[in-house]
Amino acid sequence: MTTQMGSAAPVLGDRSSLGRTAALEFCGVTKTYPGVCALQDVSFTVRPGSVHALLGENGAGKSTLLKTLSGAHYPTGGHLRIDNKAVLFHSTADAIAAGVAVIYQELHLVPQLSVAENLFLGHLPARGGIVDRRALRDNTIQQLGRFGEDINPRTLVARLSIGQRQMIEIAKALSRGARMIAFDEPTSSLSAREIEKLFEVIEQLKRDHCAILYVTHRMEEVFRICDAGTVLRDGRHVVTWDPMRGVSQDNVVTAMVGRELKDIYNYRPRQQSTDVSPALEVKGLLGPGLSAPASFSVRRGEILGLFGLVGAGRSELVKLIFGAERRSGGSILVDGRELEIDRPADAIRAGIVLCPEDRKKEGIVPIRSIMENINLSARRNHVALGLVIRDRWERENASQKVKQLGIKTPGLMQLIRNLSGGNQQKVILARWLSEQVKVTLLDEPTRGIDVGAKSEIYSIIYRLAEQGVGVVVVSSDLPEVLGVADRVMVMRKGRVVETLDRATATPEKTLAVALPMSSELRATA
Amino acid sequence: MSQDLLKTDRSEPPVAGASPAAAAPPWIRTQLGNWLEQAGMLAILAVLVIVCSLTVNDFFTLRNLDSLLLAVSTVGMISCTMLFCLASGNFDLSVGTIVPCAGVVAAVMINKSDSILIGILAGLGFGALVGLVNGVVVAKCRINPLITTLATYQIVKGLAFIFSGGKSVGITREAFCTLGNAAWPVVRDAHHRLMFQLTTPVWICIGCFLSFGFLLQRTTFGRNTLAIGGNEEAARLAGIGVARIKILIFVMQGIVAALAGIVLASRMTSGQPKSSDGLELQVISACVLGGVSLTGGIGRMSYVIAGVFIMGVVQNAMNLKNVDPFYQYVVSGTILLMAVLFDRVKQMRSGTAI
Repeated sequence: MTTQMGSAAPVLGDRSSLGRTAALEFCGVTKTYPGVCALQDVSFTVRPGSVHALLGENGAGKSTLLKTLSGAHYPTGGHLRIDNKAVLFHSTADAIAAGVAVIYQELHLVPQLSVAENLFLGHLPARGGIVDRRALRDNTIQQLGRFGEDINPRTLVARLSIGQRQMIEIAKALSRGARMIAFDEPTSSLSAREIEKLFEVIEQLKRDHCAILYVTHRMEEVFRICDAGTVLRDGRHVVTWDPMRGVSQDNVVTAMVGRELKDIYNYRPRQQSTDVSPALEVKGLLGPGLSAPASFSVRRGEILGLFGLVGAGRSELVKLIFGAERRSGGSILVDGRELEIDRPADAIRAGIVLCPEDRKKEGIVPIRSIMENINLSARRNHVALGLVIRDRWERENASQKVKQLGIKTPGLMQLIRNLSGGNQQKVILARWLSEQVKVTLLDEPTRGIDVGAKSEIYSIIYRLAEQGVGVVVVSSDLPEVLGVADRVMVMRKGRVVETLDRATATPEKTLAVALPMSSELRATA
Repeated sequence: MSQDLLKTDRSEPPVAGASPAAAAPPWIRTQLGNWLEQAGMLAILAVLVIVCSLTVNDFFTLRNLDSLLLAVSTVGMISCTMLFCLASGNFDLSVGTIVPCAGVVAAVMINKSDSILIGILAGLGFGALVGLVNGVVVAKCRINPLITTLATYQIVKGLAFIFSGGKSVGITREAFCTLGNAAWPVVRDAHHRLMFQLTTPVWICIGCFLSFGFLLQRTTFGRNTLAIGGNEEAARLAGIGVARIKILIFVMQGIVAALAGIVLASRMTSGQPKSSDGLELQVISACVLGGVSLTGGIGRMSYVIAGVFIMGVVQNAMNLKNVDPFYQYVVSGTILLMAVLFDRVKQMRSGTAI
């Protein structure tokens, strides 16, 4: 059901409106979750026949904004306006009926069905309930022909390349009468040729007066195809340029990063302890996700940053060290002693712990309490008869860790899923601080966490290092890696390519090392 | 003009169905709803007992309590381990045929070896073996537990007929049969008529309730079971031996089902390959009535006990009222459906959709 406000005329879902141009306006859109304000009073307009870039760092609120647009999330405040009429989407069906389509990074197609069936999923042409196969084929060829795509309608989607699937997704949106199309980082997994193809299609959509919202991290794309742009930061609207003419890359970066950013890391050089023996040594490690043997070491009390683009093998490397994936070669030494690590339990016993990348899927047990989540691992050392839980230890340990890390919660029995992302991350850190830790592997420790909680996490990291723990911080956020690490190790395409000292690790240099060489690009294109 | 429009728009609260939590009917938000949610199935059981006591003759008597306890004992025992199975996010249908087959195995082995001990151990060993197969296939080969245990359900059903030759196997050692029917304490009235007794199956069932309740709430094994059901990957990365625990749960389940089957055989003085039809569904129903989540991670022994007794009390009352057995199925199914719907409303209340 679509709720309309401000106008009595029931226009939405009325096909006659679809031919006209439609402007898409965000009016004071606000979205809050318990403890987090993901979007605050965001307002801007996407003109028909223009490509509007939506820019911002990780966690700036771009995905949340897209979700309110697609009807997946209901805004806490504010609304959208289409054709000067206020609308609120209660479901994705509402958004589709209003002519809005969001093309996500993970495409929403059914791989086991054919191209044609996917295109018309939900409204297959039929006569008396029997699918009209000829109409299905002809309509599909016609739709795809608009982009000059020549794909057999009967091909299974599973057989198509990512770029082709994206075309199907766009055709699907258009066949449903979409006039406002949002793209969420559409080029992230496309080859160079597929990107060119996509840009042609976007140009065509522009000529057809579609309003296009384009989310991306790639600056060169913004300046190439976008006519206007809006920057979000920490859920707030920073600036809208319309047109983009005269805006430089520096302007965009400054708007995205803001001025106060440097301060949140609060890095202080720690006293180099006399004990410089390595806490962790990795020699010739091989396994899934690594294309060459990885060797490196982390000293006691050192923070090693691990940077790389998506797919560089960062998470895979730390998971191999932790025993979460099976290694096919190499050795792991803690405090100079070689370890047999086959399972996470082995790593934990040896003093290696991992805060996984995907907090929700791999970190927390959402329907259990904070106390349960903290004591999940360490309690095995504090049981009676090897089995029976000691209530007193459980309570004392949990409340001590909650105090120590400043976890904001009404009580220990609170379900962890009710906490904000930052506090959830602290609970996972608390789980590992209950162990005898020698090496801490942190995979994207601040992803999706607000700025305040971020700097608290950083100070916990510094404290760990001061206690002599070897820390590895994996991050795709370059300022973060450079901000907290003593040394930065860069990975590219499944191999460790270079290690830079804090002094020499400038953003430009680090990024240049992380970026695939042009020869490698051509190989994958 | 648009500015004015904008203001009025934003001052108006969004129309009905603003969020999933608000979709729950208003009465559910009241104090009564709150209390019901806390007390859950225990409250419903209490209400049920009171209603039955007032409306059904002979319900609230010691004699009837005696037969009620005996009637729920089999389902009660197996519910204990099924609770672990469901709480870890798994499922086990095979208990329905392990029960009769273990009875047959015990009967055949007692007759062959003339030793009660060997017979009982053979029955338990058989249950453990089936559980081990289930556990290894589910945990190591990562096959869906529903499919796995559906397969072993049928295999074991076939084995029961093969071992018994398709007929019930009478047990020659009388001592074995007195074992299952032994009772303590036995209360008789002035005319020396039996009033109340606790028989072996009831004691075993009570033992299961206590020990598995302790195991779930107070031990690392139980807590880890719930963590696996809540988020298996997180549990694995927290160093919990997920596969080992799952296998152990299935083995436990097999042993307890076999124990129930042996006790049943002892009471019936024979191993009967056709007995216990639909038992697995009764057990799962009792657990679901007791608020155990089928997706895992949530489960409490006290609620499961309540679930077992809700089913038992309803059946018992219907028997006393001479309700046609055909209708009894309809009533049992309806109760299960209502319990699940109740659970759904509870979830909507807690507003999980963020």
